[in-house]
Amino acid sequence: MGEITNQGLQQADFDLSQFYAVFFEEAGENLQTMESMLLAIDVEAASDDELNAIFRVAHSIKGGAATFGFADVTVLTHELETLLDRVRKHELTLTRGMVDVLLEAGDALRAQLARYQGSTADSPDTTELVVRIKRLAAGEAIAPAGDGRRQLLVRVGPLKDGAIADGLADLFRDIPALGVLQPIDGGALSADGFREFQVQTASPDSELIELFSFHVSKEQVSIGPMSPRTAPAVVPPSSDGAAPVEGDGFGFFVDPAGLPASQPSAGEADVSPGQPAGEVPAELPVGEPAAAPAERRTDERRKADRRSGDRDKGEKTAGAGLESSTLRVSVEKVDQLINLVGELVITQAMLTQQAKQFDPVQYQNLMSGISDLERNTRHLQESVMSIRMIPMSFVFNRFPRMIRDLAAKLGKDLELKMVGEATELDKGLIEKIIDPLTHLVRNSADHGIESPARRLAAGKSATGTITLAASHQGGSILIEVRDDGAGLNRDKIMGKARDRGLAVREDMTDHEVWALIWEPGFSTADEISDVSGRGVGMDVVRRNISALGGSVDLDSAEGSGTRVSIRLPLTLAIMDGMSIGVGDETYILPLASVVESFQVQPGMIQSVGSSGRVVKVRNEYLPVVALDEVFSVPRPDRERGSSILVIVEAEGRRIAAVVDELLGQHQVVVKNLESNYRRVPYVSGATILGDGRVALIIDVTGLTKRARQ
Amino acid sequence: MHSILAVDDSASMRQMVAFTLKGAGYNVIEAADGAEALEKAKGARVDLVLTDQNMPRMDGISLVRNLRGLPHYNGTPILILTTESSDEMKAKGKAAGATGWLVKPFDPNRLLDVIKKVIR
Repeated sequence: MGEITNQGLQQADFDLSQFYAVFFEEAGENLQTMESMLLAIDVEAASDDELNAIFRVAHSIKGGAATFGFADVTVLTHELETLLDRVRKHELTLTRGMVDVLLEAGDALRAQLARYQGSTADSPDTTELVVRIKRLAAGEAIAPAGDGRRQLLVRVGPLKDGAIADGLADLFRDIPALGVLQPIDGGALSADGFREFQVQTASPDSELIELFSFHVSKEQVSIGPMSPRTAPAVVPPSSDGAAPVEGDGFGFFVDPAGLPASQPSAGEADVSPGQPAGEVPAELPVGEPAAAPAERRTDERRKADRRSGDRDKGEKTAGAGLESSTLRVSVEKVDQLINLVGELVITQAMLTQQAKQFDPVQYQNLMSGISDLERNTRHLQESVMSIRMIPMSFVFNRFPRMIRDLAAKLGKDLELKMVGEATELDKGLIEKIIDPLTHLVRNSADHGIESPARRLAAGKSATGTITLAASHQGGSILIEVRDDGAGLNRDKIMGKARDRGLAVREDMTDHEVWALIWEPGFSTADEISDVSGRGVGMDVVRRNISALGGSVDLDSAEGSGTRVSIRLPLTLAIMDGMSIGVGDETYILPLASVVESFQVQPGMIQSVGSSGRVVKVRNEYLPVVALDEVFSVPRPDRERGSSILVIVEAEGRRIAAVVDELLGQHQVVVKNLESNYRRVPYVSGATILGDGRVALIIDVTGLTKRARQ
Repeated sequence: MHSILAVDDSASMRQMVAFTLKGAGYNVIEAADGAEALEKAKGARVDLVLTDQNMPRMDGISLVRNLRGLPHYNGTPILILTTESSDEMKAKGKAAGATGWLVKPFDPNRLLDVIKKVIR
């Protein structure tokens, strides 16, 4: 290779790191694909398409990792590739154990890649994993630890008649405790008169030789460990693969010097195919490969066509051509777009309000223009918001794997059902709902579903079902986590609540009892498990969901299961609000938190203690909060207290807010106050009203907490 | 300007190959699998085909076979980029009519070196 002398200079021009981002994204998608395929695969009847697709994942990641210099990823994917290659060629049969190891390897690869992306500092130690994959690839069943079985290669010979050695197989059949012996030579003598067997046994070599000597002489037996090299492999002898020219990592089947020099350059590249061009290489003499017998060629091509045709059918539905119909855009760009549309909505609302002063007859054109603007703005807003919408499958897809692992860990039979994965939710919300949902699913698996024995005893099927369901309900999304487990035990919860010093009454409704588990520090698990922790989670779950502007509700029937329903707004950027007047100021209450509003009669509000006031609504005493006091709004012309109360609810607690006016309901574009100004107590954000004024959005959760203190 | 058809199902590999080749002054046509490459090859004249072996829909070897069946691809050099350089693979590649192979991973300069040997 003498020509590379002038290439050294170019080396510096190639900065491979510019392709890293694409590689990481691609590898991430590939790993996700592999995981879902592994989880869905039927171990007994895995199709060639599935096996090939899983193989391709390892292959593809390995290729990229090797090119871009991620050595540990290359090592691990190389072992995976070796194993999967043998499986897809049916040299090995897929086993449950392999799927487990493959899933584990997927996790390790994710961790390795995460480290290169800088999101974690440590990469896992995969030495032991690599050894296990190697052993699987060598055809060893990974024996459960401790049974002491060894994988051995037994060679017998030289023999005159190969059939003599079949007696060894009879031995193993007659003495099951000895282990397993399989011929790996297809029953035929090798050229030098040997036969080979793969043996799985816990017995010592001496004992084996002793037994083998019934059939063959001791001298004819050699026993050695089964190594990957000696493992049965289909290596077709192909001496004709040798190439005339070979270099470092490349080769040509024909001497490239003998190749026709390809002419078309500059001009000809643009020649249309229909136009005859004098010197196209097609007319040049056919090279050596093309001289292969024409008959064989066409035959092989036909075969290839059929194969690729079959694959075609399988893969088209799996999203062929997806690449060209979607576009990757950074979230920043989308958010900027959403912000601008938000501004546009505000401007449009302002124009609409201003236009109301004009005579609609005289300014007919202006009015119709404004109504067009309103309609188009609304459509634009909907379209832009939909860009941020991601199907719930993004969240749900991580659960099959989790359930599988949990089932193994807990010794339970679990089945996961998913409904409505296509339901879309804002990206920001999707990311924040993952943790609470994970917690709830773990709870269901750990505390909800009973052990198989208890389920059978209760007349249920041994397999417990956890259902994840998502659906749209009006302007919000409803996510449910259901299980068909034991349900909550009313007495147990009340007892625990008493121990915790929570207020408990015997006549509490079931619903009120269930609500106790949302209290901080409450746990009903008899034993603390490492699966769902110490039960500190439920109050955190509720707090997280409240922070997203959502609510959570729990329903349970003893013996038949539990259902947790989470209701979330579709997006955090737009909110249905109720505008209220306090003094001369306008505030917004999230409509989702408003229960009812009414006018109080004098005397309905009672004073409690020095400063507290309560109002009795349908036999329930609610704390009364005067918003003018909370926000220090001057009310010079309103000497007497207002008589309008709005009941709002957050985290299951209700308060009655005193307001001066109910101004109306409308959609508001939520602006972050913290990033534009600073954090203000009892305010969750701000919006710009149609008349250009800023209105603060009230943090109902904060307000209810204040009132309860 | 010479045209090269670069075929790989991995977008990062494809980008890397295309970037390298474009930087060296080649015109590059990209395809994500054998089937797409075959379609693109029918509509264009290329001076070299660089193809990955393992791809969905149609693998590299099948692509080579199909290309060799097209009248104007009789003499076009076709290189298979492969992670396996076993004799078995080579025999298959040769039987299909490939011109040569290049083992992955490769650094960009070596790719150019090998290409220079077949396109002149």
